[in-house]
Amino acid sequence: MGLIETFLHTLTIPGWGVHPDDHKRPAADAPLRTLPLPTRLYVPLLQHVGQPARPTVLVGQKVLQGQLIGAAQGRISAPIHAPTSGTIVAIGEITAPHPSGLPFSAITIEADGDEHAIEASVAADPFALSPEEITELVAAAGVVGLGGATFPSSVKLALGKRTKITTLIVNGGECEPYLSCDDRVMRDFAADVIDGVRLMMHATGAGEALLGIEDNKPEAIAAMRKAARLFPEIKLRPVPSRYPMGSDRQLIQTLTGKEVPSDCRAADVGVIVNNVSTANAVHRAIRLGEPLLRRIVTINGGAIWQPGNILAPIGTLASDLLAFAGLKSEPARLLMGGPMMGAVLPHAKVPIVKGCAGILALNEDEIATPAAGPCIRCGKCTSVCPIGLLPLEMAANIRVDNLDGAAALGLSDCIACGCCAYICPSHIPLVQYFTHAKGELWSQQRGKLRLDAAKRLAAERTERLERETREKAIAAAKRKAERAAQKAAQAASAELAATETTETTQ
Amino acid sequence: MIAAIFSLTLLGAALGMGLGVAARKFAVEGDPLIDEIEAMMPGSNCGQCGLAGCPAAARAIAEGTVSVAVCPPGGKALASALAARLGVDLDLASLVDAGPQLATISEDLCIGCCRCLKVCPTDAMVGAAKQIHSVIREACTGCGNCVERCPTEAVVMRPVTVTLQHWVWPKPGAPRNAIGHAAA
Repeated sequence: MGLIETFLHTLTIPGWGVHPDDHKRPAADAPLRTLPLPTRLYVPLLQHVGQPARPTVLVGQKVLQGQLIGAAQGRISAPIHAPTSGTIVAIGEITAPHPSGLPFSAITIEADGDEHAIEASVAADPFALSPEEITELVAAAGVVGLGGATFPSSVKLALGKRTKITTLIVNGGECEPYLSCDDRVMRDFAADVIDGVRLMMHATGAGEALLGIEDNKPEAIAAMRKAARLFPEIKLRPVPSRYPMGSDRQLIQTLTGKEVPSDCRAADVGVIVNNVSTANAVHRAIRLGEPLLRRIVTINGGAIWQPGNILAPIGTLASDLLAFAGLKSEPARLLMGGPMMGAVLPHAKVPIVKGCAGILALNEDEIATPAAGPCIRCGKCTSVCPIGLLPLEMAANIRVDNLDGAAALGLSDCIACGCCAYICPSHIPLVQYFTHAKGELWSQQRGKLRLDAAKRLAAERTERLERETREKAIAAAKRKAERAAQKAAQAASAELAATETTETTQ
Repeated sequence: MIAAIFSLTLLGAALGMGLGVAARKFAVEGDPLIDEIEAMMPGSNCGQCGLAGCPAAARAIAEGTVSVAVCPPGGKALASALAARLGVDLDLASLVDAGPQLATISEDLCIGCCRCLKVCPTDAMVGAAKQIHSVIREACTGCGNCVERCPTEAVVMRPVTVTLQHWVWPKPGAPRNAIGHAAA
């Protein structure tokens, strides 16, 4: 690279973010492998943002591949489908792929190995369908954002009805180190991704699509450029490799120059962002009538024998994938997702969910972290924060339990990308402070709501008791009056009778 | 005679009027702080604090004879609100008690006597005579009044189980607890 190019390159690098050693190769270059069908699949009911799916099958029931086993409930939810044919053997709790190690509900399917698929009807020309029909098909297929946020895609596509969407941004950033599943999707299914993008443009009414791909994936850029050359409305835009480029707000800012305000969503500036894997899933849902049944998972890390990308059904245990890729040594830490934002797994017997981009088995050398020291107020965290927050100030507030002080500094805008903790020369676990504080504030708010509800209920009860006493008193008075009237009437009639008798006797 | 009656009546009336005006003008209101604290309390008068209802607890808190964390249904939220109002230091870490509890009914023991319904301060119990009762979890404040009233020991207090949605990351440096903690 010449001096001028180097200079121009530094100009394009955004002011925020970090560039960790990406560790993407050789896993990204290994050809895609398909996992042999596991004997049992554990399909969780909650694999998305929103309400969990409601089971629609019974234990002992036989299901076909692609059959609905959990229906969406609520406005923001997604259905789940049987990833293979077989028998439902249990509907109950299993360990969640979550650092807490707490259980959540899942449907266990014993595979029969036949992979009998349910018959699907497919529209001959999806572009003849209305945007609403496309959105409905996407909703029925259980497609969620596969970049990791797992927001139901149909809800996002339906935003086109409420606000004018001008641009669809397709996120091929994949900025997390170690992960290469989106890279693999773009290289192996470029035409499918482009078709998915066109379908999503049709559903949202967006006039143009911008494909943002980090420049450390030249093969993916070449494959996508080739697939998109027939469609001038789809523009390929290589972006600098800068973590967190894959975060929607950062990608929007880099590609369009628009900054999404803190209390707004991307749609409010006329943009929606979808991941390339989501585009691929939309293509399969509309063109093949296939619900979201499997995904590409990156298996990587120092403890892996053969790192690479594996196509696996949803509900596969992480241990099955690790066994398939082979372990060199006992992993010191298991992660679901990337090393910057991924979730530490309690053990390997947890299922792959829709939003799982990778399983990392890291060895001792990779996780070595020096002990945290005191903050030296160097300000590096402020310069790398993609949101422009003051991580050092927020953490100092949280350390002394001044959560409101941290909230006033914009804690709720923190995307927990981990740039600050990565760059911190004192190795302070900044993100853990922020995640803790967000959870604590949220639970305090919930506690307050509960207290208000209890107060209201107690007041209503007092009012009800008073009303009952009042009504009882009124009823008693009424009865008394009635009795008195009755008595008077009786007395009167008796008197009348007496008079009559006297009259007759006279 | 008439002069005496007249003068004494006048004197009485004048003094009475004076007293009446003074009572109005120099009236001592109830401590506004107590009223304010009482408004913050749940108001269910459940008695879990060991005091005679929320007004008594509010007075005790204002006088400083009990801690701001005295109210179990109020929990951490109320304790921190009171601490902020009264300007006292509150160590939230010391508040990690048994955690919020909710009443649950063993359906094989409930005889449908309706006694728990009458003592519940928030109407969290549903049921009718000779029908198995149930608890509305969202409305239960965990006061435990129903436990004492139940003739068959069908009502028991159970700690609220921590779910994925309620789990909170532990604070860095805090003793690492795999399960973390939940707040109501």
